[in-house]
Amino acid sequence: MEQTVEFAPATGVLSLIWLLVAIPLASAAVLLLLGRRADKWGHWLGVLSVAASFVLGLVFFANLAGLESGSRSAELSLWEFIAVGKLQVDFGLLFDPLSGVFVLLITGVGSLIHLYAVGYMEHDPGRRRFFGYFNLFVAAMLLLVLGNNYVMLYFGWEGVGLASYLLISFWYTRPSAATAGKKAFLMNRVGDAGLAIGIFIMFATLGTTDYGAVFNGLSGLSATTVLVLGLLLLIGACGKSGQFPLQAWLPDAMEGPTPVSALIHAATMVTAGVYLIARSNPVYTANETLQLVTVAVGAITLLMGCIIGAAKDDIKRVLAWSTVSQIGYMFLGVGLGGGAYALAIIHLLAHGFFKANMFLGAGSVMHGMHDQVDIRRFGALSKHMKITWLTFATGWLAIIGIPPLSGYFSKEPIIAAAFEREVAWEAWVFGLAALLGAGLTAFYMTRLFVLTFHGPARWTEDNQHPHESPLIMTIPLILLAIGSVAAGWLMSTSVADWLTPVFGAEQAEPHGVLSHTMITILSLVVTVIGAGLAWSLFRRGTALEPQPAGVVVTAARRNLYTDAFNEAVFERPGIYLTRALVFLDNKGVDGVVNGIAAAVGGGSGRLRRLQTGFVRSYALSMLTGAMLVVGAFIAIQLGWLV
Amino acid sequence: MTPDYYLVLATILFTIGATGVLIRRNAIVLFMCIELMLNAANLALVTFSRINGSLDGQIISFFVMVVAAAEVVIGLAIIMSIFRTRRSASVDDANLLKY
Repeated sequence: MEQTVEFAPATGVLSLIWLLVAIPLASAAVLLLLGRRADKWGHWLGVLSVAASFVLGLVFFANLAGLESGSRSAELSLWEFIAVGKLQVDFGLLFDPLSGVFVLLITGVGSLIHLYAVGYMEHDPGRRRFFGYFNLFVAAMLLLVLGNNYVMLYFGWEGVGLASYLLISFWYTRPSAATAGKKAFLMNRVGDAGLAIGIFIMFATLGTTDYGAVFNGLSGLSATTVLVLGLLLLIGACGKSGQFPLQAWLPDAMEGPTPVSALIHAATMVTAGVYLIARSNPVYTANETLQLVTVAVGAITLLMGCIIGAAKDDIKRVLAWSTVSQIGYMFLGVGLGGGAYALAIIHLLAHGFFKANMFLGAGSVMHGMHDQVDIRRFGALSKHMKITWLTFATGWLAIIGIPPLSGYFSKEPIIAAAFEREVAWEAWVFGLAALLGAGLTAFYMTRLFVLTFHGPARWTEDNQHPHESPLIMTIPLILLAIGSVAAGWLMSTSVADWLTPVFGAEQAEPHGVLSHTMITILSLVVTVIGAGLAWSLFRRGTALEPQPAGVVVTAARRNLYTDAFNEAVFERPGIYLTRALVFLDNKGVDGVVNGIAAAVGGGSGRLRRLQTGFVRSYALSMLTGAMLVVGAFIAIQLGWLV
Repeated sequence: MTPDYYLVLATILFTIGATGVLIRRNAIVLFMCIELMLNAANLALVTFSRINGSLDGQIISFFVMVVAAAEVVIGLAIIMSIFRTRRSASVDDANLLKY
């Protein structure tokens, strides 16, 4: 079972992997430092830099594939990053099969979204700034997946957090966007604190943060240490990936421009948590409890996302909750361990395609509908926006898992893997949760699709002329749609084999509580039921105003009261604590200081009355004093006082 | 002749001087009373010098005279300038330096 993790040093072309990060970073610097002078051509520089990274990524990927499968990795140490006492951290990069697929996803989907954003942000005066932040994000994300130690990962991790904050509150003049940015930043800090403490523990117990050294040193740690370490990393992952209990920021993050939602809050950054757990797979494999917790987080989140997603009416928020739910599937996958690591990564890649596709589709719909986001006020758009409609349809069919689209190949194996848990009750609970999630996903995605593109037109604005978006926006949509259709069967086996060096070659025998065929049939049946139900309910449109609803729907509309819970448990006591401290400061600390000053001031005000300016009274007091002194001398001399 | 009489005389002179300082208003008279007190002290010092058979008291009395002379120089100058500005040498009138 024990196997040493070793990474081969980078050679040849692969020693240039730093260019992947450097190009978008340089572009971001140019865009942000040149200011208005770059307004005319800045967006094209932004697109080109990411596209260049993508091409380089392909070259490096091909080179990596050309290496022998045993030593398929390239570790590169650029310079000494931090050297304090025993803490030695190199600015090191690692290009291995896992980071390779991430690089391709980030730069590939990223290039398409950059291209789309050129059209989408065309009339925005801040387009150059937008592309600067966008490139900064890509650079940070690449650093995150390319780092060869946890500190580098943390560096990128904070970088994407910063870029995410800047982009969510990109339209900072809107109070809702500014608040959403702050909310995302704060909730991410909670997770980041977990990750940071996890890294501290690594250094305290193992004296290093390099991936290889940490994984090889795990066997020397106590089970509790591994558990705590894993849980802290999990908190970090939950924060970044919008998983329960830190999910609340992700749907609010939709306040940002739609390309941001597509790139950061659907395809790449939110999957950083999955990457973290997949990268730390030796930690998670080493502890059963840890896996159980991760699986539970995944299962809770995926159901939660589905339930809330089914009750929302804002097209981007439905997609956001859908993202939360789909990442729940990925967490379920990485938590299950073994062969499911690869399944989670495959789902992550497939999700990157179809969710980016749908988000950009949603952006295209908003573009044609005067920034309307309420799906109740759409309808009948299939006639007016043919390309958006067709591409969105591929995303919709992919996410609900209709064969042969990508979701079927990526999600269904995770459900099957959940049913293969060794403990019977766990297999039933998590398997059924994943299965139920599949049905609910079909329901809410179909609802979204039907309400947006079919049924009667329910447009409420005057002079509404929905129109197809320009080519620069539809071409990325078409390419992503092709990815949504084809990615699944292209990746299902090849990526699993490709990732074997990272996750080990353990191939679990199917010994689940249900047979594989049975699970496939079941998941297709619940999908069809969910989709059919939604189709029949919403075929004729829906009311424009919120309808009275039962307990469950009301709860789902209010995010299952999680925001209310956060507010009651964390926000209110915080506010009260602040008020108490302010009161204590004003009345207590300031009171003491002001009190002393007032006592001295008042006392001296009374004492100065003694200064009468009447010279003879001074003389009398001097005489009295002199007489007292003389008296005291005499008394001592005569021995009266001793 | 016992030296005690000199001490009694010094006490009487000092008491007259102190009383004068306390009850008189005219700055010049005050000044003279202060001189009286200083000379009473000088007389006591010289007497003690005689009683103890040492010269210490006499030497100190010279110091007192020097200080008294210096004091008179400054004090009279101050009194002069007060009189010039206020047309009065009463110490009760010069009462601006107060609360």
